[in-house]
Amino acid sequence: MTPRRIISSALDKGLNIIAVADHNSAENTGVTVRAGRDEGITVLPAMELTSYEEVHVLAIFNSAENVAAMQEIIYDTLQSGVNDEFGIGYQLVVNELDEILDFNKRLLIGATSLALGELVKNIHALGGLAVASHIDRQSFSVISQLGFIPDDVSFDALEISYAMDLPDATVQFSSYTGIPWVTSSDAHSPGDIGRRYTNFLLNEPTFDEIARAFKGERQIEWSQE
Amino acid sequence: MLTVSDVAEKLGLKVVVQGDLSEIVSGCYVSDLLSDVMAHSKERELWITLQTHPNIVAVAVIKGIAALILTNGRNPEPATIIKAETEKMTIMISPHSTFELAGLLYSMIKESRPSQAGPS
Repeated sequence: MTPRRIISSALDKGLNIIAVADHNSAENTGVTVRAGRDEGITVLPAMELTSYEEVHVLAIFNSAENVAAMQEIIYDTLQSGVNDEFGIGYQLVVNELDEILDFNKRLLIGATSLALGELVKNIHALGGLAVASHIDRQSFSVISQLGFIPDDVSFDALEISYAMDLPDATVQFSSYTGIPWVTSSDAHSPGDIGRRYTNFLLNEPTFDEIARAFKGERQIEWSQE
Repeated sequence: MLTVSDVAEKLGLKVVVQGDLSEIVSGCYVSDLLSDVMAHSKERELWITLQTHPNIVAVAVIKGIAALILTNGRNPEPATIIKAETEKMTIMISPHSTFELAGLLYSMIKESRPSQAGPS
């Protein structure tokens, strides 16, 4: 998963706007945003964060500055340790040409010391959108970790993974209808990009329009291959 | 028959929120996934977990848990304490790891039921 390959796969699938999110890091977002700009795809800088309870939260931002500020908060609160490159894999930092600039040695697979509520507040304070990741999964989802979505945590949307269809989700998550649902590929390799996507009926493919869609001001529809 | 208070005393647990310590313990469930606890824990069991979020109290109340035990010396969040006080749900803390505490508790529950093979 390098910037050029992400953008070329997204182009192949006809996607107009994507978010790129490493776990607990944003070091490859800037380069991917620029690679997308060159090809006419909007790339939103994002991170998939791990709360203290090991709930995954997708944090999507409108600028390089804000995602960088979030990364600083996360690096300050991430559990200490060094990535095991053989067990976990290399955590690359790359440039526009897909060349390796560095290896991120942090324990990005680890959890931060920020409780879920605090984490979401931090995302919002930086103008970001907080999406509960893959709520249908048996691990690392707000529902697997905490049983149900706490009333005092204000997610902007809930993500249902590519593994679940809309009719099943409608049955299983009927109690969470007051909040928009989205679905996405959660691609960890280029071939998975676009295996699932959400149709946002927007005036233009921008962060602000996505934010308006989450507020119910733009239509959201599911789609799958 | 073991009560919550017997367990607290014998295992040297720190009681952070005191509910009904005279409640009789039926067994124990160990899990950090609240969805799993919702599915599998039984009434009047102790629940050993690392989770400290207020939702642990809600799940414990729904399932009729006798008391919560947090391991590795983890402290409940302030909001968890407030919720537990409101719900009168006992929360105790152990410096032991989950494995060590579960082992100690298993022996204790087994000894308290001489006629049976072990904890159900």
